[in-house]
Amino acid sequence: MTSKNKIYFKRQHFSYPYIIICVVFVVVPLIILLGYSLMDSHGHFSFDNFVDLLNSGTTYRVFGQTLLLAFLTSFICIILAYPLAMLLANTKFNRSRTVVLLFIIPMWINFLLRTFSLRELLSILGLGEGYFSVLIGMVYDLFPFMLMPLYTILSGMDKSYLEAGQDLGANSVQNFFKVTLPLSFPGIVSGIMMTFMPALSLFAINDMLGDAQLYLFGNMINDLYGLNMWNQASALAMIMLLFVGLIVLIVSRSKRASAFMGGEN
Amino acid sequence: MTCIWLSISILYLPLLVMLVYSFTPSNTMKWNGFSFELFKNIFTHEEISRAVFNTLVIALSSAMLATFIGVFSAVGIFYLRKPLKKTTNATSQITVLNADIMTATAFMLLFMTISQIGIPLPDGYATLIIAHTVVAIPFVILAVNPKLKRLNPNLYEAGLDLGAGHMRTMITVIFPQLITGMVTGFAIAFTLSLEDFIIAQYNKGGIETISTLIFSSIARGLDPTFRALSSVVFITVLAVLLIFNGVSSAKRKSNQEKAQSLGLRRRN
Repeated sequence: MTSKNKIYFKRQHFSYPYIIICVVFVVVPLIILLGYSLMDSHGHFSFDNFVDLLNSGTTYRVFGQTLLLAFLTSFICIILAYPLAMLLANTKFNRSRTVVLLFIIPMWINFLLRTFSLRELLSILGLGEGYFSVLIGMVYDLFPFMLMPLYTILSGMDKSYLEAGQDLGANSVQNFFKVTLPLSFPGIVSGIMMTFMPALSLFAINDMLGDAQLYLFGNMINDLYGLNMWNQASALAMIMLLFVGLIVLIVSRSKRASAFMGGEN
Repeated sequence: MTCIWLSISILYLPLLVMLVYSFTPSNTMKWNGFSFELFKNIFTHEEISRAVFNTLVIALSSAMLATFIGVFSAVGIFYLRKPLKKTTNATSQITVLNADIMTATAFMLLFMTISQIGIPLPDGYATLIIAHTVVAIPFVILAVNPKLKRLNPNLYEAGLDLGAGHMRTMITVIFPQLITGMVTGFAIAFTLSLEDFIIAQYNKGGIETISTLIFSSIARGLDPTFRALSSVVFITVLAVLLIFNGVSSAKRKSNQEKAQSLGLRRRN
């Protein structure tokens, strides 16, 4: 044994395989993607893909439509999920958490199958393919992702804050807006992240429930790859990546701000 | 209470419609006499049974790999020094936050580059298992971390002092302590793989999973066998989860009773 040259193994070395995995399978692919987006179809360096995309009206229209749909989806999910989460957080209705489980179970069924079932139901109800159906489909598929973080935070909330509010003379409406809502802010943020982000890139629901009118970001990237226009597709994907990164940055800032405010008061 | 049940029924209505119509063999959603034919088809329909098999193999292997790598990584990252720790955590968040289609296409470009370099990578199984594992690892780490924070740090050293190697300490001392987090992580990883469509669509190579098969067959009218398949999945999941929940809440109750009879006060 050459103990002199032996490198002592430490616990933190258990993370090294994963660091290698991260580099090879997360960082390198993004670099390759960036490389593709900065090449023209002959393999020469150029910004043409970005210039073309940013000069085309289609890009902005697609971008706007996608943002609007994602926003509407998240918004409807909050409106529906918040009262429900408040009810579920009340242990009177939700003994042994079985009821919450009932809301999660559909998530285990393949979302394409779920969307397909929904399409059949909508057609029975006389709703054909179109914007409204797509919106229903998005809300239907992403709803549990809004409900769960809200439920988690509301059920973990200390009820004595509400009692304190009552003692200090707040009525239930004031109590809701001044106590419950601010305290549940982190849940709202993660709920929005978990519905808004997927809504930006989902295109299968639009394919199944939409008519040709609605053309989303995901559709556009998918179609470009389908047409073998890989460089343009990569450029579009890069734009989306920047956008997603921007949202994450804003959210983490606002989270820190709210934590700061909560700490100060 | 009515509100809750109303929303549950809305959530389940499409699935129930599916369930009802899986007992009739017509191609479209029209009642055409009662029969179990579609359920039989799941096993006899070559393409579908193949896809089910592929999906399960990929989900099981990627979930096991992700859980195994995830636990080791969680422990390792926990003891990393600050700058490296922060970088690793941030990098692992990329796949969590990134849009699926980005992850999918990035993997596709990577696998293509790898095969261009000349490293052989079997299409389909290998690419999908790798991709799903990489995507799932951060979720496993997230699931294990809370348990890790509450773990007594001396346990690991005790294992080493008693003469066990690092690997043995991990498996015999640390794993049992983290087991609930590992089970949660495994469940998340398994679900992610089952649910995934876009990553599979771009990296499936020559094989089909349930998702890709459904997507490709939607254009030519979905095979009615899928109705039966989704019903089977639905009923199985419903039964398993309700039984599990029943067992665990019964256990909780009996534990509480035991604790009370011993005169102990349970925290929480």
